[in-house]
This record gives sequence, C-alpha cells and structure tokens, in this order.
Amino acid sequence: MRMNKVYNKIESITGNVITVRADGVQYKELAQINTRFGKSLAQVNKIDGDVVSLQVFAGGQGVSTGDEVRFLGHEMRVSFSEDLLGRIFNGSGDPRDNGPALTDNMKPIGGPSVNPTKRILANRMMRTNIPMIDMFNTLVVSQKLPIFSISGEPYNQLLARIAMQAEADVIVLGGMGLKYDDFLYFKEELSKGGALSKTVMFIHTASDPTVECMMIPDMALAVAEQFALQDKDVLVLLTDMTNFADAMKEIAITQEQVPSNRGYPGDLYSQLASRYEKAVDFDNSGSVTVLAVTTMPGDDVTHPVPDNTGYITEGQYYLKGGRIEPFGSLSRLKQNVNGKTRKDHRALMDAMIRLYSSYKETLEKKNMGFSMNRWDEKLLRYGELFESRLMDLSVNLSLEEALDLGWEILAECFQSDETGIKSDLTDEFWPER
Amino acid sequence: MTENKGKVVSINGNLVSVEFDGNVSMNEICFVKVGDIALKSEVIRIRGNVAQIQVYEMTDGIRCGDIVEFTGDMLSADLGPGLLGQVYDGLQNPLPILAEQAGWFLERGIYADGLNVEKKWEFTPTAKVGDVLRAGEYIGTVPEGPFTHKIFIPFYLLGNYTVKSIVSKGEYTVKETVAVVTDDRGREINVSMSFKWPVKRAVKCYSERLAPVETMETKVRLIDSFFPVAKGGTYCTPGPFGAGKTVLQHTTSKYADVDIVIIAACGERAGEVVETLTEFPELTDPKTGRSLMERTIIICNTSSMPVASREASVYTSVTLAEYYRQMGLNVLLLADSTSRWAQALREMSGRLEEIPGEEAFPAYLESYIAAFYERAGYVRLPDGSKGSVTIGGTVSPAGGNFEEPVTQATLKVVGAFHGLSRERSDARKYPAIDPLISWSKYKSVIDSKKSEFCRDILIHGSEIDSMMKVVGEEGTTLEDYTTYLKSEMLDAVYLQQNSFDLVDANCSKSRQNYVTDKLVYVLGSDYDVDNKDDARSFINRMRQKFIDWNYNEFESDAFKKTEAEIDALYLEGNGKLTAYAESLLKDGE
Repeated sequence: MRMNKVYNKIESITGNVITVRADGVQYKELAQINTRFGKSLAQVNKIDGDVVSLQVFAGGQGVSTGDEVRFLGHEMRVSFSEDLLGRIFNGSGDPRDNGPALTDNMKPIGGPSVNPTKRILANRMMRTNIPMIDMFNTLVVSQKLPIFSISGEPYNQLLARIAMQAEADVIVLGGMGLKYDDFLYFKEELSKGGALSKTVMFIHTASDPTVECMMIPDMALAVAEQFALQDKDVLVLLTDMTNFADAMKEIAITQEQVPSNRGYPGDLYSQLASRYEKAVDFDNSGSVTVLAVTTMPGDDVTHPVPDNTGYITEGQYYLKGGRIEPFGSLSRLKQNVNGKTRKDHRALMDAMIRLYSSYKETLEKKNMGFSMNRWDEKLLRYGELFESRLMDLSVNLSLEEALDLGWEILAECFQSDETGIKSDLTDEFWPER
Repeated sequence: MTENKGKVVSINGNLVSVEFDGNVSMNEICFVKVGDIALKSEVIRIRGNVAQIQVYEMTDGIRCGDIVEFTGDMLSADLGPGLLGQVYDGLQNPLPILAEQAGWFLERGIYADGLNVEKKWEFTPTAKVGDVLRAGEYIGTVPEGPFTHKIFIPFYLLGNYTVKSIVSKGEYTVKETVAVVTDDRGREINVSMSFKWPVKRAVKCYSERLAPVETMETKVRLIDSFFPVAKGGTYCTPGPFGAGKTVLQHTTSKYADVDIVIIAACGERAGEVVETLTEFPELTDPKTGRSLMERTIIICNTSSMPVASREASVYTSVTLAEYYRQMGLNVLLLADSTSRWAQALREMSGRLEEIPGEEAFPAYLESYIAAFYERAGYVRLPDGSKGSVTIGGTVSPAGGNFEEPVTQATLKVVGAFHGLSRERSDARKYPAIDPLISWSKYKSVIDSKKSEFCRDILIHGSEIDSMMKVVGEEGTTLEDYTTYLKSEMLDAVYLQQNSFDLVDANCSKSRQNYVTDKLVYVLGSDYDVDNKDDARSFINRMRQKFIDWNYNEFESDAFKKTEAEIDALYLEGNGKLTAYAESLLKDGE
C-alpha cells in the first residue's frame, strides 16, 4: 500500500477547486486538507499527469497555498447501521445533531447501477390519502417522481405530509440548499408526527459550502439502498434538486468545461439519471422510492433542470397555486396499480380529467365574454365542484372515498351518457338521484 | 489480443489518455487494468503517441501509470443462433449472466459472451462440397424458436469461397467448425455458426436495395391510416416528456406486423425495460402463436449505466437487426431514445474539447444520425428472398421544442414523422400524435382518398375551433359547428385508442378499412338538427356508440349488434349521405 503522503504545495486555487502535484493518486480518491479554519475533505475530480485537481468540500475560501493535503486512499463513504435512524448529518457525513460520529461499516457512495434483470416490475401502490395523488396520479413503490414547483409554493409542507402519511419503513431526507427554517420545520413536523425515529437526514443548508451540496443525494441514496437490501421499503425525499444541479454547474464552470445549455454541463442528464435511477424494487428484497422537489426558475418547465428531470423520472407532480395540478402532473406507473384497485378507477379518472379539460376551455371562453350554453353551464359547475372537493391540498380521503365522491360530483353535473364513460360502468356506479 | 500496451497519463471523467509505443487504430478496443479488474474502453482519438480512450465503465480508482492493453479489434457483436430472447447491455453482455456473476449490481469489469458457447444447435447443411459462395450466402440452417436461422459465410470475408468440407446434420455449438472453405488462393478458413462483426460498420451483403413500398402494420389506427410506416422505412417520434413516446413504442413492439423486434433502450429508464421483461414472456405473438419474447431482443443501456456504452448500444442493436434481415426476415428496431445517444456524443465531445456546434452538440451530429437511419432498408438478398430493417427512433427534444438540433437532423433523414404534442397528452388523448403536424411518405392501409377526407374534417374542425375561440359559439354557423363536432368525434373514436384494452389496442388493417367506411358514411352525412344543442347531443350519442364499438372484437356478435345500433341511430337522425362521401364509398368497392 502507498503511504498516505502529505503534500503542502498547492499549485492553484480557483473557486472550490485546488490543484496539487502528486503521484499515484486514484481518480475520485478523497483527501483531507488542513486549513486555518479546520479540516475539510476534498475529492479528486481530474488527473493530468502529476497535476491532481480536487474539489474542496468546505470551499476554497481561506485555503492557503501552503496548507497540508493528505490523500486518504479511499473514495467517499458513508457509515451504515440501524444507528443512523433518527440522526442528522451534513454533506461530509459529519453529525449535525449532537450525536456521536459514526464510522462503522463504511459503504461507498455513488455505486454502480442495479442490473435491470434484478429489478421487479413496480406494482405496489403507496397510499398517501391525498386524492390528487392516490386517485389521479397514484404513487407506486420504487417510483421516482419530482415535485415541480415554483418558489413560494408549499412543496416542503407537501413533502413533510407525504413523509408522515406514506406507507414506508424508512424515510431518508436529503436537503440541498435548504433554508434553515425549512430544516427546522422538517425536524419539528417529523417528530410531531412520530416519524423522526424512522428517518435519517442528510442536510445541506443554503449557508453551507457548495461541494457538500453535491454529496447529499449520493449519501442519502447509498443509505437508502442499504436499507432496501435489508428488505425495507425506503422513501427518499430530496429537496431541492435544482440546487444540486446549480452546484454541479458551479463546479463545471470553475473547471472550464464547455457548457451545453444555460451554463449547465453536458452531462446534466446522466448526472441526474444516475441519482434518480437508484429508485428500485429489488427482486426478493426491499425498495427505494424517490420523491424530489425541483423548483422551476420562472415557472418554466423547459428550463434544463426540470426538462432533463422530466425525461428521467416516471412522471411528475406539478404543484401550482397550492394544489397538485391535474394537467402538468403525471404518474407514469399508475396503470401498474390502478387497474387492481377498483374497476371504475381508471375510467372515472380519465373521464373526470377530460371533462376538467373541457371546463378549462369553457372558462377561457367565459372570461373572453362569450355567452354560455347549457353544456358550458354544466362544465362550469363541474369544474368548481372538482376544485373545491377533490383538488384542495387539505383534502384527506382514502382512495375509495375519493372515487365515490368523484361519481357524486359527476352525477350532480351531468347525464351519464355525457361523460364518455363506458355504459357498463355507469350502469353500475352512477349514483341514484 | 496483441502485445501492444500503454500506460495512463490523464483521467477526466470517462475520458482517459494513454501513452503507447506500437501501433494503435481508431476505435480499437483496449482494457485499462485497475487492480485485478480490466475496464473495457475504445480509442476515440490519437495524437502522436497518446491515445484518448473512452472507458465503458466508471473510472473511479484509475491512477496515472496504470497499464492499458490494446486488443487490435474494433467493438464487435457476436452473431449466431441464440440472440433471440436475450437481454443485453450496450456491449452485448447478457444481463442475466452478469446478475449470476455479480448479484444485484452491475459491477464493473465483468463481461460475458454474447452467445451461449455451450448450447448445442441442430445444424442442417444446405451447401455441398464444391459450392462457390460469397459472404452473406449460407451454408446451412438451424431452427431458432419459430425461425429458420441461416448460417452464413462470415460477412467480413471478401471474394469467392469454395466449400471444401461440411459436417453432416447434427448438433454443434456455435464455436465448433461446421465447414471448411477455401479462398481463391487455396487458403483454408474454418467456418463456425458464429462470427464477429464490427458494430459501427453497416452490413452490405445484399444484391440490391429496394424502395420501401409495403406498409408495416402497427395496429395503431392513427399511424397505419394516416401516418404509415413502410417495411424497411424509417420514422421518428419526437415529443416532450410525458407525451407517451415510450408507451407508443411499447405498443408497437407488441403488435407490429414484423418477424423480429429489437428494442434498444438507450439511456432511458430501467423500469421500462423491466416492464417489457415482465410482460413479453407472458404474451403471445399472433403470427407464430409462441411467446412474444422469442421474437424479441432487448439491448438496454439505461440512463444510469455508463454513457460510453450507451453510445455503442444503438450500433449493437442495428447490427443484430441487419444480421436477421440477412435471413430474409422483417426486423423492426425501436430506439428509445436517440437523443440520449446524441447526448452521449455530446458528453464525449465536450471532454475532448472539440469546438461545440449548436447547443454544444458536436458538428458531426447530423452525419452520425443520417448514417444510423440509413442502415434501415428493404433489400433483395443473394438467394432472391427479401428482408428489411425498419428503424423507429424516439427523440426527446429539450423543452419539447422541435427546433433543436437532434429533432431537425432526424427529420431530414426519416420517411415518417409522428410528432407528439403536449396539448394532446395533457388532454389524455392517446396516442398523442398530432395529426396537424405529422407526415409520412409511405402508403396508408386505407384508401388514400378516404384518409384525405378524414384529415380534411380534422383540419377544418381545428380551424373552426380556433375561430370559435375568437367569435364564440354564437358567432359560428350551425353547419360549421356540426363540422367541428364531427372532427372531435373522429378524433375520439378513431385517432384515439386505448392501449390497455386488448381489443382496441390491436386494430387490424381490415378493421381499420371497415371502420373508416362506416365513419365516412356517418361523418359524410347531413342530419336533421335544429340547433347546436341538438347537434351536440346527437353527435355525442353517435360518438358513444363508436367508442363502445371499438371495444367489441371485430366481426363478433357484439360488434354486429353495436353496428346495428349505429345504423339505427343514423336513421333516427335522418342522415343524408352527401354526394362526395357517396362517391368515395363507391370508389372503394
């Protein structure tokens, strides 16, 4: 084995990236750097001959050319055991609570992807008791879904509610660029709801160094994967992935990479995908489900981060105006489960959305001052009832209750043959009036 | 394996620079030794005595000075019996075998043979001693699932070869010599049932390339009737995320009227592959009555798998497609998504510090895309039979904007364009192919005049719709309003199709013709309605009948019963066939 040689001649410092001349260094190896503000980890991200570039976790501020750099001979790792439950860590894996540091059973992070033949088809519903999720865009165990949102929407509240209500054995929360009050909010809500003891948190707040932000998803997902291999159903909540992407952008620009789209590096898709694809239902073992907030700068879904995310994930929840919008939202895996819930589930869901879409068109016409015919009046009434009774984010109903309510709303507004639902279903479910 | 070795001098992501002595060729395969594992890589640039290689694996742990061994070979696919039903990664490693060796994860440095080298196949010779053959002609056959798999003179042999000896009928492995042939200088070459072919080179062992004229049924009404695809043709399906590209390809892979389907899951979700893997073995191929998996090959290099092998995966797929085409079969290659492949090119181009083109894609993007789609084709083979490779590629344009480089480069070279729209998918209209922007250069399964008649209704209806947004319903004449309702009905009952319903999802050519005739009849008639409310309620009832009809099995009793109800409703509405529609229906007879 190579000695952990110490280098004390830093050749260059640009942003959070430093270079030293060193031999025998491994790609992605960790180093420890001693600065006047304390110790920090750094990771090798480029080797050119004997010139080694490292990104410094604590940032480049205050790093001196004479500081000591010691290579550790291993990659970034995270300790894994049941002791993690109820604990809070930062992006370097150090405790953020007052608990002890954990060093047992170190596992590498950012490991290889799961062999597709060892996955099984996602086919278990994860109930949340939120009708816009359970009924219209069912969340499925091992699904990866972002929550697209603009700043100011209650996405962290939604995430916390899902954390408490969803059927999962372990919750792993990864916070990136989190406001400190949001961090406190999660801590408080989860302990109030009694979920803290089954939760592990990896938190990077907005005031912490950028490089640590980039470590959060890998740490959270590595831990989740280990729990899943112990037959646990794990729900990973990440907020906010746009901050993660921005951290990558910062490092890429610092290292003079050719940007591809609005400054983001060309491998943005692959980088995001390698995280999201950690969502898995293992053949004969546990599962990892990923819900990740992605804020959209300027409510622009074509911004590179939400755009690339949408191509990777299995749908998205689109949070707007304080509710989950039925049009922007989509759970691609819902058909794996919603055929087995109740036989009217799919047809009712489709018809209600189709009619809601007609309602939106009618509303537009009405706002432009056109006169409303009998059909338009029906649609307007329907839209109002749908929004107030089902879409409101505070509605807390089981799937079956939500379906019954759906039929009620339709029957209050339409004749059964106006709904476009197959006749044998309306015969059975159309409420007597 | 040559003795040629080099050593690592720099590492940047999956791009590694290697200093070497002897000779190294472009696109040569080499292995980087890291501890006791060797990582497969490909040479992508040579400058002086430094070769830049893309590593097909994660590069963590590589150090400067690590040894690199060059093989002298280009990236090749193993061709021979046993490809059907397999699930490969982009480098043709069978994933189930990797799972046996490495467990849950795709551990790097583990590779496996593309073909089972132990399995014995029943070989029947067709060539005789003294026969003179060329590359691409066959010496015998092997039954593989429902197909007769031909054993070829390897495609890379140039010139004429005389059969010197050939084994008798019996069971052999793919590596055993089944024939000895001699070239014109008398040199002997052993021929086995398998050989390697470099994936980035097109197979050209055919007599003639023909125009793609025969329509390939996909059983999707919107495609077959309006934007058809030909056997040996090419088409692309661009669309924003969530518009249903993958669902559409998945349906096509199940119902398309071809012999073999190759699914290239290139940089997309692993879950989708799992879906196919779970579903296909359970489904029956209507043509052969056997498991659908027996006609399918899956090449999956999903989004979290290394990006360099993602680039290789489309070439591996098309090579396997060409190989089965050489047997006189019709092969459909579905590539999902070509944008991920283009992004893989972009990632490497960026690391190579090439001058970026539009949106940082490399300047050679267009020629690479064109060359890939040109590998499709309908050909006459040396024995006179015909085979085809049809390529359907999805495109994932950034922001759903079709003006981006990959979509535009693809549109230049394909024969049909199925543009998916966000509006249609948001309104849950499946398939979300936008009939107003899509086009096809191939022949429809229905009479072209009827198809035009229907498209005219759609176009006219959409014009009236946009006009109504301005002048309102009250400013629209009853006639226009009825046309608008008819176009909405046509959309709902013919363009839209329920891919989860076994009957509706699989709409045959004869059914499409039958239903179109009925639609031309119903939509080509005027009705006795006094006002718009009446018109809407009448057309809605008609629409409902047609929707119910779609779920009835073709020519079943239920089908006939619903048809009778449609006819009764027609009479109730006092329908009068217009002269034009009448002439259309007459022509068809």
